[in-house]
Amino acid sequence: MDFSSYCTESHYDEYFKSDGLPRPFISLFIDKIGKLSDKDILRRKDAAETALLQAGTTFSVYSGQQSQIDRIFPFDIIPRIIDTDDWDLINRGLKQRIYALNQFIGDIYNDQKIIIDKVIPEQIIKSAKSFRPQCVGLYPPKGIWCHVTGTDIVRHADGQLYVLEDNLRCPSGVSYVLENREVLKRTFPAIFQAMSVFPVDDYPNYLYEMLNNLAPENVDSPTIVVLTPGVYNSAYFEHSFLARQMGVQLVEGCDLIVIDDFVYMRTIYGFERVDVIYRRIDDDFIDPESFLKDSQLGIPGINEVYRSGRVALANALGTGIADDKAIYAYVPQIIKYYTGEDIIIPNVTTYLCSDEKQQKYVVENIGKLVVKSVNESGGYGMLIGPHATKQQQAIFKDKIKKDPRNYIAQPTLDLSCVPTIIENQYEPRHVDFRPYVLYGEDIWVMPGGLTRVALPKGSLVVNSSQGGGSKDTWVLRKPNKNEESAPDVIKTASQVGSCNA
Amino acid sequence: MLSRVAESIFWMSRHIERAENIGRLIDVNIRLTLDVPMDIKLQWEPIINITGDKDLFFSKNDVADQDNVIDFLVFNRSYANSIITCVNNARENARSVRAVIPIEMWQCINEFYLFLVAPIATSEAISSPNSFFSKVKNYSQLFVGIAETIMPHDEGWHFLRIGRLLERSDKTSRILDVKYFIVLPRVDYVGSAYDNIHWAALLRSASALDMYRKHFHGTTPANILAFLFFDPDFPRSIKHCLRVCDASLHEISGTPMSGYANDAERRLGILRSEIEYSDVSDIMQCGLHEYIDSFQEKLNNVGNAISDTFFTAQPPTSMSIRKIYR
Repeated sequence: MDFSSYCTESHYDEYFKSDGLPRPFISLFIDKIGKLSDKDILRRKDAAETALLQAGTTFSVYSGQQSQIDRIFPFDIIPRIIDTDDWDLINRGLKQRIYALNQFIGDIYNDQKIIIDKVIPEQIIKSAKSFRPQCVGLYPPKGIWCHVTGTDIVRHADGQLYVLEDNLRCPSGVSYVLENREVLKRTFPAIFQAMSVFPVDDYPNYLYEMLNNLAPENVDSPTIVVLTPGVYNSAYFEHSFLARQMGVQLVEGCDLIVIDDFVYMRTIYGFERVDVIYRRIDDDFIDPESFLKDSQLGIPGINEVYRSGRVALANALGTGIADDKAIYAYVPQIIKYYTGEDIIIPNVTTYLCSDEKQQKYVVENIGKLVVKSVNESGGYGMLIGPHATKQQQAIFKDKIKKDPRNYIAQPTLDLSCVPTIIENQYEPRHVDFRPYVLYGEDIWVMPGGLTRVALPKGSLVVNSSQGGGSKDTWVLRKPNKNEESAPDVIKTASQVGSCNA
Repeated sequence: MLSRVAESIFWMSRHIERAENIGRLIDVNIRLTLDVPMDIKLQWEPIINITGDKDLFFSKNDVADQDNVIDFLVFNRSYANSIITCVNNARENARSVRAVIPIEMWQCINEFYLFLVAPIATSEAISSPNSFFSKVKNYSQLFVGIAETIMPHDEGWHFLRIGRLLERSDKTSRILDVKYFIVLPRVDYVGSAYDNIHWAALLRSASALDMYRKHFHGTTPANILAFLFFDPDFPRSIKHCLRVCDASLHEISGTPMSGYANDAERRLGILRSEIEYSDVSDIMQCGLHEYIDSFQEKLNNVGNAISDTFFTAQPPTSMSIRKIYR
């Protein structure tokens, strides 16, 4: 098992340049892993998978009425490696983006200056399903709305990084990042140490600090809880993982109750006041009095307590307005408007079907485009034009014409690849990348993130529900001068197969 | 500790104990077949009677025989107190508190459940009941062992213990009640060897036979009642169960054993004193079945008081409640 038969085809490869030579910051890794025997690598691979199963890093799959199967999120031991320059760009770009989006949400629910100044058409806000009239006039603690964000970043064949999607509601996946890292450190301890990788383990501390920062002014040591929809939620593992890591209670809606305009949790010693809630329940379900009436998961009256500042929620209610995919198209203008700067990590070109001209282009070119429903995620409600049948394309053309505001289209991106062990061989597989951003006293971008990989050959869909797996992501620290010169010698030995040459 | 979490642990433990005790009852009745005279048909109806679900059983079955009683008490998913339902409930409770219980405990319950739903289980229970029901007992004992050796002895552990012991004292009383329902074929069987076999079987179903023999010689009803009701040390005796239960309640509230801090402690305290200061003559005077009936009712009240105190507590009336959820 080596890289001699590895073929990058025409894709951008995160490990190898188009001439077949490894990228300079990857050489050391390739050299080190090349010294391990096939047997050794496969043994480590098995050990890693066993460790994840034992750690219970699972998501739930249902089959039939009685049985629930817990599966591990498929994990590949070959990490995605990000060099210092790319990381610097991502770090700056995300801070800029999250800052501006946070300003935007606050503005939209209050003064709407950005509409008055005609940067964004009023119609696009008015027609957004994710706009919450319940949040108008809201001023969340310290003016922060999107406390936890997971932004999807991809690299296209042109080598450029793009932001594909903003997730400002309840992004999940960070527990996999932490567990994957724990396991991979044990899988390749020596290589890991030699590579000088930024740690990610302190995420729960940052999360706790961020939540602590939200507590109402007069509360000295706030009671913080994680609110989960319950054991049958597919991300329950993550909810309980984060609660344990932070040492706070994991509560369900039925544990909380509003009494005298405060939120309490029901404990065996009586009612204990709750000050900050990291909620992993969608807006729609959190308060049957203000949102969906028949929600079984929420806490009646909590919205009122929240608005009066007696309890803090992370993320704030209403943040979904900023990850509406039609509003996404305006993010470059939003950034310019609130920061005066140009966007650092560009958006993917986006066609709004609500615009007649753009819709015409989308319908005529649907075979080349990816069409997405503006409020869905997880790979649902989308069409990948080049992989779709004529019939599927026709269905989407129809949907677009019926409800144009609900659809956007983007060029099909040729996502970059990372070597992945497929049946005891290294093969290129497409990846995306989701770093996590916390907005507390400052904006902090976790140096790492979730790299999702599409395991079926040629597939561009990385979602776990559709055959995706994950990889650890190593963000490299700035190299010392000594380390910089080392890799040269090994280049020829690890050059990839002839199909590129 | 969240009320919901305490409640789930309490019921998880209670359901496992219940499953074990149903297994014990069936097992002992099967053992009896080896000793009864050939001309007497083994009685399965008493087993159904003590579950308190006689009507339900006979709405589905014409007669109570070994096969349909086992099917009903072990495998019937729609019957709330069958072994499979108990273990399934315990498993759902365990799932909701997986983050707070040891992983081994979850695995134990999960394996218990998988053992019961395996396609081979039904035929094993019929063809080799001894091995089947000792497995049922073993899973439950493994569960208790895990609780004792791995779980921190904090509030959760106390609720686990309370659930187990409330259930056990209820079931011990029901085992004694079997004797009331068994119809002896002829009056002169009373006090006969056959009668004694029955009493010994009761002891065995509580795993009490050997312990009993160390204290008493010969199986007389009075001694057996004294042992299963009032022995202070035997872990399945009612007195012992209530003592430990009481100790756990006081550990949770932090009040000394001499007083009470909540309604659960108060009610259990009253029931406990009754058992502490009674003896067999009080039972005989009242009548065994009547005594057990009244005991079970008081025990139910203790269970309700625990629920009201810890699991479904209401805010003080001075506070305005918007809406109590669920």
